[in-house]
Amino acid sequence: MKRSLLASLGLVAMLMATSVHAKTLIYCSEGSPEGFDPALYTAGTTFDASSKTIYSRLAEFENGTTNVIPGMAESWSSSADGLEYTFKLRPGVKFHTTDYFTPTRDMNADDIIFSFDRQMNETNPYFQYVDGAAWEYFNGMDMPSLIKKIVKVDDMTVKFVLNKPESPTVANLAMDFASIVSKEYADQLAVSGNMGDLNQKPIGTGPFQFVAYQKDAVIRYKANPSFFAGKPAIDDLIFAITTDNSVRIQKLKANECQVAPYPNPADIAELMEDPNLNVVSAEGLNVGYLAYNTKVAPFDNVNVRKALNKAINKQAILDAVFNGAGVAATNPIPPTMWSYNKSIKDDSYDPAASKKMLQDAGVTDLKMKIWAMPVARPYNPNARRMAELIQADFAAVGVTAEVTSYEWGEYLKLSKAEDRDGAVLLGWTGDNGDPDNFLAVLLSCSAVGGSNRAQWCNDEFDSLTNKAKQSSDAAERTALYEEAQVVFKREAPWATIAHSVVFMPMSTKVTGYKMDPLGGHRFEGVDIAE
Amino acid sequence: MLGFILKRIALLLPTLLGITIVSFGFVRVLPGDPVLLMAGERGIKPERYQKLMEQFGYDRPIWEQYLDYLNQLLHGNLGNSLVTKQPVVTEFFTLFPATVELSICALLIAVSIGIPAGIIAASKRGSFWDQSLMGTALVGYSMPIFWWGLLLIIVFSGWLQWTPVSGRISLLYYFPDVTGFMLIDSLLSGQKGAFTSALSHLVLPSIVLATIPLAVIARQTRSAMLEVLGEDYVRTARAKGLSPTRVVGVHALRNAMIPVITVIGLSVGTLLAGAILTETIFSWPGIGKWMVDSISRRDYPVVQSGLLMIAIVVMVVNLLVDMTYGFINPRIRHD
Repeated sequence: MKRSLLASLGLVAMLMATSVHAKTLIYCSEGSPEGFDPALYTAGTTFDASSKTIYSRLAEFENGTTNVIPGMAESWSSSADGLEYTFKLRPGVKFHTTDYFTPTRDMNADDIIFSFDRQMNETNPYFQYVDGAAWEYFNGMDMPSLIKKIVKVDDMTVKFVLNKPESPTVANLAMDFASIVSKEYADQLAVSGNMGDLNQKPIGTGPFQFVAYQKDAVIRYKANPSFFAGKPAIDDLIFAITTDNSVRIQKLKANECQVAPYPNPADIAELMEDPNLNVVSAEGLNVGYLAYNTKVAPFDNVNVRKALNKAINKQAILDAVFNGAGVAATNPIPPTMWSYNKSIKDDSYDPAASKKMLQDAGVTDLKMKIWAMPVARPYNPNARRMAELIQADFAAVGVTAEVTSYEWGEYLKLSKAEDRDGAVLLGWTGDNGDPDNFLAVLLSCSAVGGSNRAQWCNDEFDSLTNKAKQSSDAAERTALYEEAQVVFKREAPWATIAHSVVFMPMSTKVTGYKMDPLGGHRFEGVDIAE
Repeated sequence: MLGFILKRIALLLPTLLGITIVSFGFVRVLPGDPVLLMAGERGIKPERYQKLMEQFGYDRPIWEQYLDYLNQLLHGNLGNSLVTKQPVVTEFFTLFPATVELSICALLIAVSIGIPAGIIAASKRGSFWDQSLMGTALVGYSMPIFWWGLLLIIVFSGWLQWTPVSGRISLLYYFPDVTGFMLIDSLLSGQKGAFTSALSHLVLPSIVLATIPLAVIARQTRSAMLEVLGEDYVRTARAKGLSPTRVVGVHALRNAMIPVITVIGLSVGTLLAGAILTETIFSWPGIGKWMVDSISRRDYPVVQSGLLMIAIVVMVVNLLVDMTYGFINPRIRHD
C-alpha cells in the first residue's frame, strides 16, 4: 500500500512536470563524459555529450551517412597540388547565449584558427589550459605533421596549408576533435582566470546548448534557437547517465528515457516484440580481425595464413559471440564504406582443404598463440569466447593453439611488437568514413610496429593506398582502394572476422532518429510525439 | 574523554600514512597505464608516449613520485583527475553526499529491521520465527548484490511499476544542488512532488544496500541477546515478575547493544563497499561508482586520493562509534 502510494505520487508529479516541459527527450547514455571540450578526449561517450550536441565543425558528416557536407564552412576548394584547402565561412553563425556567456559577434576566422592553434602551438595560452592536456586525437590523426599553417585570408575565409597532399583532409576536419570553440569566450575566461571553464561550461554553435551537468547523473541541454541548420524540434534534451545495459533497457521500458543505446544482444528479440518500442539497427563502421604476425614463420607464408583462414567457422562465431548481431567480414573495411569491393569472395570455411594446404606448405604439428582482448569492444563483444572457438577450429585441422591475454593497456602495447608470438584478435572503428582510415592506419608499411598488428608490409598495397591518399578524384580513389582490397585478400595478413550490427531501441514516439555509421548519437533531427 | 580522542587521532596518522602507501602502490601495481589506455587501439608513437609520461611525471622512480605525492598532500593538494582534469577534492565532495544519503537510508533500514528481528529470534529461540528469520538473514547475507538489485528492478520497476528504475529523482525536476542531499534539496526547491520523487528513487537502492548489513545486525543482535538473556540479572528481573517486554526491552537489550553497535560501526565500511555495486546498478552518482570508473581508467590521482578520503571517513565513523560506548554502558569510560 505504502509503496503503491509512493509510486502513484511520483507518477502524478511526473505528469505535472511533463505538462510544463512539453518536448523533452531523455536519452539513457551509457557513461559519463570526461569533459565538454571534445579536443581533449578520445571517447565516443564524451563526443556524444559534447561535439555531437554542443559544437559544429567546418564540415560535417551528413546525419546517417559518412558523406561530408558543409558545416560552418559553406564551401571549400583545394589547390591543384592538394597542398592548400580554402574554406569560405558561413555568415551569421552564432555562438550560444547562456547565463555564463553572451557573444558580441558572430563566428569568424579567428575562432577557426584558435580552435586548431590551441592544439598544435605550444605557446598558445590554451595549449596546457588543463593539467595533462594531450590533444590525443589531433596527434593520433597525425595533424601536427600534416598541417603546416592555418592562414586567415579575411574574416570569413581561412586557408589550411599542408606539408603533403592528403585527400581525407576535409573528412578529418569533420571529426570531433575539430569542433570549433569561441575565441571570444576563451579570451574572457583567460582574463577572469577561469580557463578550465572551457571544458566545464562549454560554448559552441551546435544544435543544443549546455545547461547543466550533475556529475555521473544527468546532463541537460536546451535547443539552440539560432542553430544555423534550424532549431531542433525538441526543446530540452536530457542525458540520463545509466551505465548498466540491463538497467538502461528497464528505464526505456518504463518510459524513464526514450532512447537507450547498447542493449544486451540477448535482449534484442524481446525488445523487437515490444509494441511500445522501435528497434532500429545499422552495420557499425568497424571490423574485427585476427592478425597473424607475418614476420614470423610459418605465418610469413601466405599459404599457411590462407589455410588457417579456411579453418575458421565464422558463422559459429557470429552465433555464439555476436548473438547474431554481426555480419561476417570479407574485406578489411566494412560494407557500408565507399570503395568496398563487393566482387571479392571470402575464404570459405573448409577444414579439409585447410588441412591439406597446411600439409602442402610443410607445416605439421603447428603450435601457436591466439591473443584474446580482455575487454568487450563494438567489433568483438567477447574476445575470449571468440578465441576459444578459433582454438577449436584450429585443433580440427591439427593446429594446437593456446589462448593468451593481458590487461588492456599491456595488450595494446605488447601486440605491437614486431617479434610478437602469435595471432592477435583486435579491431577498429572508423573515425571519418574514409577507407584510408582503415587501410593505411591498419595495414600500411609505416604502421608496422604500431597499429599494423600483422606487421605486414606489401609494396603493391602500400603504393595503391598512398596513391589514393594523394588523389582528389573520387572515382580514381575508389578504383585504387578496390584494388588494394584485392591485394589484401590475396595476401591474407588477417583473418577478417566480423563487422558488428548496432541496435538502438527507442520509444515509438521518437521520430527522425538516424543511426550514425560513425557510432555517434545525434539528436538534432529528432522529434518526439507529445 | 578528550585525552582518549586525542590519542585516537594520533593513532590515525600512522594508519593514514600506511593507507597512502597501499593506495599509491596498489594502483601502480596494476598492469597498464593511463597513457596507453587513453590512446586505445589508435596507439601512440613511442616518442609521444615518452613525452606524455614525462608530462604526467610517471617516468620518474616510484619512490620519488610517492614523496612528491606526500608533499602535495601536506600542502592540501590531492591532485587532479587525469580524465576529467578536475580537482579530486571537488569531485569527491560533489559525489559524496549521494553516497551518504544512500548509506544513511540503508543503515536506517538495516537497524530498524535487523535489531527487532534479532530480538524476536533470540526471545523465541528454536521456534519457527527464530529459524525463518535467521534463515532469511543468511539468504540476505549470501545474495549477490548485482543479481539482487536487478531482480528488484525487474519485479518492482518493470512488472509492478511501483518504483522508478534508477537515478536519484525524476529528471523532469530540475533545481540546483544546495546540500547535495536530494531529499533536502528537493524540499528546499519547493517544487511539488520533488520530495516524493526523490524518496521513491531511494527505496530500491536502499533495500539492496541494506541487505547485507541487515543480515549481520540481525544475527549479531540475536547472539548478543541470547548471551544476555542467560545472565543472572535477567533471571532476577523475571523472578521479580516484570513483564517479558520490560525484561527484554530494558534490562537485556541495553546490555546486548555494545557488540551490535560495534557491528553497526563496522558496517559503514561494508556500506561503502556495497555502494560500489549498488551505485553501478542504480546509476547512483556516488563515490563507489566513481572509484570503479577511476580504477578501470587508471586515473592514479583519483584512486590514491579517493581511497585516502574514504579511509578517513571510515576511521572517523569508527571513532564516533567508540565514543558512543560510554553513553550506552557507563562502565566503559574513556578517561
